[in-house]
Amino acid sequence: MSNYKALYQEVILDHNKKPRNYGTLAQASHHAVGHNPLCGDRISVALCFDRECIDCIAFQGESCAICKASASMMTAAIKGKSRADAEILIHEFLAMATGKLNLDDPNHIGRLAVFAGVCDLPTRVKCAILPWHTLHAAFNSVAIASTEADPMHAPNGDA
Amino acid sequence: MNSVQIAFHPSSVSAFDVERIRADFPILQLQIDGKPLVYLDNAASSQMPQQVMDRLVRYQTSEHANINRAVHYLSETATAEYDAARRKLQRFINAPEEREVIFTSGTTDAINLVMHGYGRWFIKPGDEIILTTLEHHSNIVPWQMLAEETGANIRVVPINDAGELLIDEYEKLFNARTRFVGVIHVSNALGSINPVKQMIAFAHAHGVPVLVDGAQAAPHLQVDVQELDCDFYAFSGHKLCGPTGIGVLYGKAALLEKMQPFKGGGDMILSVTFEKTTYNTIPHKFEAGTPPIAAAIGLGAAVDYLSAIGMDAIATHELELLNYATAQMTRMPGVRIIGTAKNKASVISFTVDGVHPHDVGTLLNQEGVAVRTGHHCAQPVMKRFKVPATSRASFAFYNSMAEVDALIAGIRSVQKVFA
Repeated sequence: MSNYKALYQEVILDHNKKPRNYGTLAQASHHAVGHNPLCGDRISVALCFDRECIDCIAFQGESCAICKASASMMTAAIKGKSRADAEILIHEFLAMATGKLNLDDPNHIGRLAVFAGVCDLPTRVKCAILPWHTLHAAFNSVAIASTEADPMHAPNGDA
Repeated sequence: MNSVQIAFHPSSVSAFDVERIRADFPILQLQIDGKPLVYLDNAASSQMPQQVMDRLVRYQTSEHANINRAVHYLSETATAEYDAARRKLQRFINAPEEREVIFTSGTTDAINLVMHGYGRWFIKPGDEIILTTLEHHSNIVPWQMLAEETGANIRVVPINDAGELLIDEYEKLFNARTRFVGVIHVSNALGSINPVKQMIAFAHAHGVPVLVDGAQAAPHLQVDVQELDCDFYAFSGHKLCGPTGIGVLYGKAALLEKMQPFKGGGDMILSVTFEKTTYNTIPHKFEAGTPPIAAAIGLGAAVDYLSAIGMDAIATHELELLNYATAQMTRMPGVRIIGTAKNKASVISFTVDGVHPHDVGTLLNQEGVAVRTGHHCAQPVMKRFKVPATSRASFAFYNSMAEVDALIAGIRSVQKVFA
């Protein structure tokens, strides 16, 4: 129970207040909209590649602080990464948010570990993972992502 | 002699003894992460007093068998207790006849029963069904399904900025094609108490029957279906200190008799051959299969419990909680109350500037305060007020003024985190 007290940490509140990479992209090659029908959270993620790497990324939407901070930190974390590396991070983040990642094992989570506590709040897990689910959908050019399809059970390319 | 008379006179019951009542509810002693539980999500589901739990245990320990079947002792006992529970519910809403009280699995089931049993037989293409903006999804979706199936049309009564129905607009919706009215007695999202008696009288003047969704009203107000003159009244047990999985549909006998059954099966028949089945009389016609016997008996115990306290005393205490909370929240900068009807039950929907309701809910939980966050199964209401969701504190008779203070302090701490 003590973990969620740490959830609203300064870094999350800061990203909520001043989200990074917030807005739209004029020339996005990949785009998806994520929606959590249970709470009305809705965000869009757009990105473009420069050869193998994610060159630019932006998100926009109305959501709670957890979702917005997660999206903001996600865009910062995956900028410059290859798609394959980004997919690994998506997988690790989803595993962490659902309590299936041992942070002591080698991983690429880094500062995103501030979201580890969300796994103690089942009703808020969806808030944290919506941006990642949407990014995954964008890679596969799926128009609408939804938290109602469990990303942990959805194979790649079938979001 | 004099003192005895005074002691038993109802008006001498002065202060509402909330601490004595709280002692009946074991769950209210819980600590959430070291903080005392402040349970303010009563509009979603209320808590159960020990008396109701004891009744459930007694039933399962010494009275349980299937009802209306065997001649052995337990079956006869269970049948008698199930029937007694029906009579308790009849008295609770002042229904004229026992057979007008149908046990359902809840309000949603009750409304679906009316949609299938009445709507599908008496509502035709081009007919009109009047609903209101304040309806819970459970009194919208069944009628949309019916409209899609039959080609009927739904007309919607608008509300003003306070969350009150516009009765002039309601009356203007009536025409020669109006066949049915569905209205929520107390709004679950905003707390508005609707003038259903007046609305029913107007509908009846046009020969139109009215279903009242009483899920939020039955726990807070003295409901008298004869005084309202409603044709149908639906409510749930779990919002009335009873178990989940049980609810009631009251219907006027004349209407119930001309309706078709909703579900087919055992208990709802008089005789079955492969050529023809003859249906049982009401209420059995609408209670196919083995009903939730224990839950019905538990609900009977719950209304006994509420009646012993008195629904008027409950309403008075809840109004005090509402007024106390409203006065404080109205003074808080950055807090907006959604729904300010003159006539309100103890529900406060609110938003906190710059903070999403889900964050409000999680941070209040951190202080032990349980509120509902989301759209409250009333998305048309949220759309009307242009908010995706709200936080909602809903008070029951076992809540105290100190718990209102805990809510206010909790909202202040939310604002501090997001400052």
